[in-house]
Amino acid sequence: MTLSKAGATVAPRPRRSPRRGNANRLMQANINAPSHRGDARLAWILIVPALAGFLVFAAYPTLRGIYLSFTDFRVLSAPKWVGLKNFVALGQDEVFWHALVVTLYFVVIAVALTLVFSVLTAAVLHRLTKSTVMRGLIILPFLISGVVAATVWSWMLDPQLGIVNIVIEHLGGQSQLFLKSQEWAIPSLAMIHVWKNLGYTSIIIFAGMQTIPASIYEAGRIDGASETQMFFRLTLPLLRPIVALVLVLNVIGAFQVFDIVSVATKGGPANASNVLQMYIYDKAFGQFNFGYASAMSLVLFAILIIITFLQTRLLRANESDN
Amino acid sequence: MLTRRRFSFGRTVAWLYLWIIVLITVFPFYWILRTALSSNYSLLAHPASVLPTGFSWGAFRRVLGLANSAEAIADGGSGTSVNLAPYILNSVIYAGITTILVVFFSYIAAYAFSRLQWKGRETMFSLLLTALMVPGILTLLPNFVLVKNLGLLNTYAGMILPGALFSAFNIFFLRQFMLGLSEETEEAALLDGAGRLRVMFSITLPMTNGPVTTLSILGFIGLWNDYFWPLLSTTDAKVQPLTLALAVFKQSSPQSQPDWAGLMAATLVAALPMLALFMVFGKRIVNSIGFSGLK
Repeated sequence: MTLSKAGATVAPRPRRSPRRGNANRLMQANINAPSHRGDARLAWILIVPALAGFLVFAAYPTLRGIYLSFTDFRVLSAPKWVGLKNFVALGQDEVFWHALVVTLYFVVIAVALTLVFSVLTAAVLHRLTKSTVMRGLIILPFLISGVVAATVWSWMLDPQLGIVNIVIEHLGGQSQLFLKSQEWAIPSLAMIHVWKNLGYTSIIIFAGMQTIPASIYEAGRIDGASETQMFFRLTLPLLRPIVALVLVLNVIGAFQVFDIVSVATKGGPANASNVLQMYIYDKAFGQFNFGYASAMSLVLFAILIIITFLQTRLLRANESDN
Repeated sequence: MLTRRRFSFGRTVAWLYLWIIVLITVFPFYWILRTALSSNYSLLAHPASVLPTGFSWGAFRRVLGLANSAEAIADGGSGTSVNLAPYILNSVIYAGITTILVVFFSYIAAYAFSRLQWKGRETMFSLLLTALMVPGILTLLPNFVLVKNLGLLNTYAGMILPGALFSAFNIFFLRQFMLGLSEETEEAALLDGAGRLRVMFSITLPMTNGPVTTLSILGFIGLWNDYFWPLLSTTDAKVQPLTLALAVFKQSSPQSQPDWAGLMAATLVAALPMLALFMVFGKRIVNSIGFSGLK
């Protein structure tokens, strides 16, 4: 694998630049300088596209999504206000509760495995090798779409011809249905998700580890600490902010899993992997019940906010322990 | 001391772990290639063969629309063939134009937020950043309705527009970078009578080359692999990107006996441009990801 030299010049680190404070002070001093005359007019012109994009495709849809949750809306006719009817119906919708449970099951497996293995992989990379080729190899799945990942793994996990089952049988095990079994569908999907995200998450955590000064490890070694001790006593505590961030982002991402489910199992067999976003999509585009689908999106959004809030608090509370 | 550590048991285990991770990561890519170069009949007989079995370019011919259905059936395919070539163009248009536009618009907005002095600057910046907190799921359905009402379903414009104007992360990222750069050169040019726009593009832009490239690469990868928004906003094969074509091809393959060779060839075609990008920008991509940890 050839890794271009052109890339060698990157890694800009803006926030660490010592000149930043200076630049800010300079700007303050120059607020009335001739060079800043006419700034306001130009500034507004420059932010018009971004502002328009924000208002039309982010702010407006968010508000409209909240509004639609309280309506009966079938796309072809205008939305009709129905108050809390959608949410009441949701409470009694068994498929929705099932989807919620299935999604949680997926999130727990996928996030736990991603987190454990990415911290481990990052730590091993950090202490063993600075090789970009190594990091490049483990990042490969990040470059492909969920559709591609799901297609490949459907083939590798195929009950008859899939290489995974062939290996299992060769080792004396029982071949599994994996994606085609009600019991194994979610764990298999979670595994595909982990395969696709492990490298990416590892690299982010690795980058965090790089900011830990080497002198800390030197000191640890002089004090006679083993690599394992240093990992638990030095690396992990110092890494808490990054791990917290990665945890929140992974949970948010896993809750919205769609591509791999849609391609590998379509929510089956028999709803076994009908995750929330699949169900939302099906309600909106299979049954054209946009009001109901919007209500579900809003519930999912609320769940994400609560979880993010709890995680942040939890991780902050822990911080004071040390 | 260093030599002693090099041969320690722990290090061996760690290296072993690392190689297992690399193997699990890379093996599926090899398996795609190996299957795509095999023929379906041979795959039935030799599913465990490490090398391509019954070597054939047939699978690639099937997914690039070069094989007629008789040939496809003779090859052990289902007779379903697809021509991925036009979808490649659609993916290039969707991912390429969206990336260029959103990076450009983010750049000029970031310039306004870091270099110009104006009232309401910080308020406006905070307002735009609130978009970082809203997940896609909440905006995608209403955006579909909006694009539909604008009559832009099944058009490039409808696919591109929602992502082309604004990215909170891009603006934040570029602004942070620009604040860290010294303004001396720019101030000097301004005092020498250069216009703001000229300074913005011929002095500031070259200095922000690094982060601009980073955002372009990461943005392009994300859009190339995007599935959900094109799925919502298009039903017409004329504008659909590769991800959708591949999903349709997989769904149309018979459940009982899928055309695995053809599917893997299609998968490879879909993934190849990203893998090529990786060959060229590998190091930069790896560094970009570490650097964009905030994303």
